[in-house]
Amino acid sequence: MMGTSSAAPKKLDLRGITKRFDTPEGGILAVDDISLSVEKGRFTSIIGQSGCGKSTLFNIFAGLLKPSSGAVVLDGEDITGRAGMISYMLQKDLLLPWRTILDNVIFGLELQGIGRDAARETARPFLARYGLGAFENHYPAALSGGMRQRAALLRTLLCNKDVILLDEPFAALDAQTRFRMQQWLLTLWRDFDLTILFVTHDVDEAIFLSDDIVVLSPRPGRVRDSFPVGLPRPRARDIVTTPEFGRLKHRCLELLFEGRTSEDEEAETA
Amino acid sequence: MKMSATTQSGGPVTAADAKSEATPALPKRRAGVVLKARRDWPPLAIHSAQLVILAAILAFWEFGVRAGFINAFFWSSPSDIARVARIFVTEGTALQDTWFTFRATVIGFVAGSLLGAAIGLSLWWSKNAARIVEPFIVVFNAIPKMALGPLIILIFGIGISSKIALAIALTFVITALAAYSGVKSVDEDLVKLTYSLGGRRWDVFRKIILPSSMPWIISSLRINIGLALAGVLVGEFISSQFGLGKVIMYAGATYDMALIWVGITILSVLSMALYGVVVWMERQLLKGFHSAETSRDSTR
Repeated sequence: MMGTSSAAPKKLDLRGITKRFDTPEGGILAVDDISLSVEKGRFTSIIGQSGCGKSTLFNIFAGLLKPSSGAVVLDGEDITGRAGMISYMLQKDLLLPWRTILDNVIFGLELQGIGRDAARETARPFLARYGLGAFENHYPAALSGGMRQRAALLRTLLCNKDVILLDEPFAALDAQTRFRMQQWLLTLWRDFDLTILFVTHDVDEAIFLSDDIVVLSPRPGRVRDSFPVGLPRPRARDIVTTPEFGRLKHRCLELLFEGRTSEDEEAETA
Repeated sequence: MKMSATTQSGGPVTAADAKSEATPALPKRRAGVVLKARRDWPPLAIHSAQLVILAAILAFWEFGVRAGFINAFFWSSPSDIARVARIFVTEGTALQDTWFTFRATVIGFVAGSLLGAAIGLSLWWSKNAARIVEPFIVVFNAIPKMALGPLIILIFGIGISSKIALAIALTFVITALAAYSGVKSVDEDLVKLTYSLGGRRWDVFRKIILPSSMPWIISSLRINIGLALAGVLVGEFISSQFGLGKVIMYAGATYDMALIWVGITILSVLSMALYGVVVWMERQLLKGFHSAETSRDSTR
């Protein structure tokens, strides 16, 4: 689907993911036959209006939910319905309030069976390098939203997972912090050679960060289109003012708002 | 994008200029108030005031008895109480009785709280088991446990075990219900996160469920320490060889009002001491949460 002719290895493959929820009123089709494959080291954003089944899709990636049909394939291995293979991070940082930042960051390592002291030794250099060194022994509540998200992301990364899912991780941050976090994420992405799936509502953010963009349609979630971004990296802040960026943004918005129901418009004017 | 909205005048307008001319009238505001600055008294002034009030009550009591308008037979007097207390402590069984009541209360409190926590937390393991067990806990909670006193004395005898059993009966339900509420309120996203990072069910229990429920369990301890003491006292009232409850019962039966007051005073001190220890324990156990909260307060 993306990078079709490329010989790069497929990191993550979604094959015909469909999810139907049974309710007393009958079945609800949340996600309908979504297929996409992501190459190693690509930064892919998924954008869609609310109701596009992104959280359902997300839980399926992470193995927390079994799809009605279809498969999630990681490095050629079918991991459908198996948790603990792909790490994710949400808008909520989900740091444990009773643990210090250091102990929060090593949470994943601990769960992988590494002793607490060894895990701390492993984590310390990362905290120092990625701007959290001074907060090691602070509790999460003492940190700003941006710092907490950094800790949450490091926790995800230290688990040695090379694919990570990010579900609107910066949505709750103010604009300046958000921009710093985006830069920071790109640094980590390069340093760790990550494959990233990034869910966002923010078209600018998606274009600014991504190699590829996937646009989902709402109710049920389907892939409406996907295309590479193709802007050169590193991207400067003012890239958002270039005509190429504008063209991409226009395309995303067209795709996002195409085929809107009258119901949507009513809700907006009401 | 053009959106169709209609105002009362009927014409289609865009959302931006849709301010209608028919804005409904709002009531008039009241005039504002100027807030007075309040001055806090220094702690010394507060404590002095408290001491003065206490001294005034005791002086009024003593004076009332001597002047004859307070009946010394029913109310005793501070000086008489002090005299009896001295005898009770130096020649009587004060230490033995206090130790008995203290021991039974602490053992009952610890055992009841642990049992309750175990029951409440174990309900996390199986939703179905929890649904089966929940009504039993609720019904047991509704039983006035004091009423079980005579039964428990008959089963466990007049020794310390019946007092402990009563304290456990009173306390464990409280902690069980608190722990179960804690379990139910755990953020489901934290549980999912733990699985996604490679955790197993036991990890979720140990690293998420247990610490998340801790504040709930701990908040039940303050209630439990008082209940444990009440349970032990009731046990001692009904039948016992030792204990402050027995002393008070005995004093009441022999019209020794001063000794009743002595018993009550010792009990109050014991109760406050135990409560203080529990509050201190609570603070130690919740250190993580507390330091988190205080540092949040200081940064915002």
